[in-house]
Amino acid sequence: MTQSAVQPTPASPTPPGGHLLDVRDLHIEFRTREGVAKVINGVSYHLDPGETLAVLGESGSGKSVTAQAIMGILDTPPAHITAGQILYQGQDLLTRSEEQRRQVRGKEIAMIFQDALSALNPVFPVGWQIGETLRQREGMSRADARRRAVELMDLVKIPAAAKRLGDYPHQFSGGMRQRVMIAMALALNPKVLIADEPTTALDVTVQAQIMDLLADLRRDLNMAMILITHDLGVVAGVADRIAVMYAGRIVEHADVRSLYRAPAHPYTKGLLESIPRLDVRGQALATIKGLPPNLMRIPSGCPFHPRCPYAQQVCVDEVPHDLVLGDGRTSACHFAQEVRDDSAR
Amino acid sequence: MFRFILRRLLQMVLAFFGTTLIVYALMFAGQGDPIQALAGERPVTAAQRAYLTEKYHLDATGVGGFFYRYLDYVKNLLQGDLGQSLTGRQIGDILQQAWPVTVRLALIALAVAILFGVTAGVIAGIRRASIFDNSTLVLTLLVLGIPTIVLAPLAQYFLGVKWQLFPPTAGAQPSLYALLLPGIVLGSLSLATALRLTRTSVAENLRADYVRTARSKGLVKRRIVSVHVLRNSLIPVITFLGVELGNLMSGAIITEGVFNIPGVGFNLFRGIRTEDGPLVVGIVSVLVVVYLISNLVVDVLYAVLDPRIRYE
Repeated sequence: MTQSAVQPTPASPTPPGGHLLDVRDLHIEFRTREGVAKVINGVSYHLDPGETLAVLGESGSGKSVTAQAIMGILDTPPAHITAGQILYQGQDLLTRSEEQRRQVRGKEIAMIFQDALSALNPVFPVGWQIGETLRQREGMSRADARRRAVELMDLVKIPAAAKRLGDYPHQFSGGMRQRVMIAMALALNPKVLIADEPTTALDVTVQAQIMDLLADLRRDLNMAMILITHDLGVVAGVADRIAVMYAGRIVEHADVRSLYRAPAHPYTKGLLESIPRLDVRGQALATIKGLPPNLMRIPSGCPFHPRCPYAQQVCVDEVPHDLVLGDGRTSACHFAQEVRDDSAR
Repeated sequence: MFRFILRRLLQMVLAFFGTTLIVYALMFAGQGDPIQALAGERPVTAAQRAYLTEKYHLDATGVGGFFYRYLDYVKNLLQGDLGQSLTGRQIGDILQQAWPVTVRLALIALAVAILFGVTAGVIAGIRRASIFDNSTLVLTLLVLGIPTIVLAPLAQYFLGVKWQLFPPTAGAQPSLYALLLPGIVLGSLSLATALRLTRTSVAENLRADYVRTARSKGLVKRRIVSVHVLRNSLIPVITFLGVELGNLMSGAIITEGVFNIPGVGFNLFRGIRTEDGPLVVGIVSVLVVVYLISNLVVDVLYAVLDPRIRYE
């Protein structure tokens, strides 16, 4: 098992009190009839109070699975967490009972999902669904929960909130539905908000509004946020740090500015190069050749090597360690230094 | 919603005329000599023949005559007069006696389907691929595979005659207890279908995205299943049960026949066997109305249960 030999290296030093949320060397497999898919292979990332971490990666890279493992809402089976720790305020969530984990959900760590239409229950009014959390978790009365639901809907800027309390999810537009979803997640004042591709199902203009709203709320309520996305454009304005995932690993971890300026992993570099640019005309869009790997047969060595322009024999043979570059960045590439120097040029 | 109901009621009028016309035509078009059929084996005197020809407008012949008689019949029907059966009894009286029996039988059958079918379906849906799930699958397939014409006599022989747990036949004024076994037999088919439907619906809804949301709100599992999942899962089940109640209300020819229950199906079958045209047409006309109304109720109920369904 050379693949699990990747040692996690924190990109920034641990503060004295420890991180708010600290995922350490997480391994998750999906055991299905077709075989075992190694979905998460040693993911480590952390989150400090009030900061925004963007987790970037294409579909199947494991960003949502990691988030669901943090929430404790993975379906087990088929998912099995085979190794690792998820420390929240210094305590490992994975060793706690289901009841203790349930207490954390919504109250400490809340989550919003990609497609609000299917994520909201179609047969209950939105006010009821927002209020349900308060009634069930805080023992609030029906009337108080209603009142608080209106406040929350006002907070996420749903116009005429009091009037729309009794409306059903399908009666809202996509953007408004996502706002309802956010209001619901904020009901118990969580310290961490995980946003799993919150804007993917929306129009571009609405995307920007929702991202602005999330950034404002994060600041006003002093939450920490994990923003999961595959959209590089979404990340730039909002995130403090970025973790780029590929085939269930974090391949690059850096603050936003230095990552955009000079990516140190060929995958990140490829992603940035494949953004369409308005200032360059008549040039074919760059792409990353090939396809993401089948997680049941992850390539030997560096999982990105079949698609990588920098690949050498060493990439086939050896799993790259996280290479610590200056300014607290890491890159899991044998040629991280070269890639970064190339990018900076 | 109001306009939807109004439109459906208008459609019902058309459906009512269409079905009664077809049944009327089928029942009387094939008859050789209606007067002789009415009299049975006995000879008909010329005076009687003249009286009956006058009474039933049999002097008008051809298509025109047929419609003349049909409209005459419908006119009486709309005034609440179902006419007389060939045995001379008022059809209204026959139905008045038969219907309460059939309704009781239908309610027992439906109660069996809900009590056992829906409950077992929910459990099987939650514990997918468990022993319980698999054994209900085998049992329901067995029940769905055996026709009532086989199941009813089997139940009657074993439970009624051999082990004597239930009365084997119901008789003229059946008690609720006497209707229990036929009710279970009649309900077993609805039970099996309701079970499969509930099981699939629950299993599907448990995988829905909104369940993941409910879990991330930190709700307890019992609440997620009993409020969120069940409320969604029961929409198709209740719709099915509503349609099924309409079916059951219109009588069960085989079950009522086997257990000798004097319900609607029993009388309908006797009418068909004795070529009692007025009786058959009378019963079917009423059945059509019952069926149409129960379907309308189901459609309205569907909109009440699922807020996404709105009839303009």
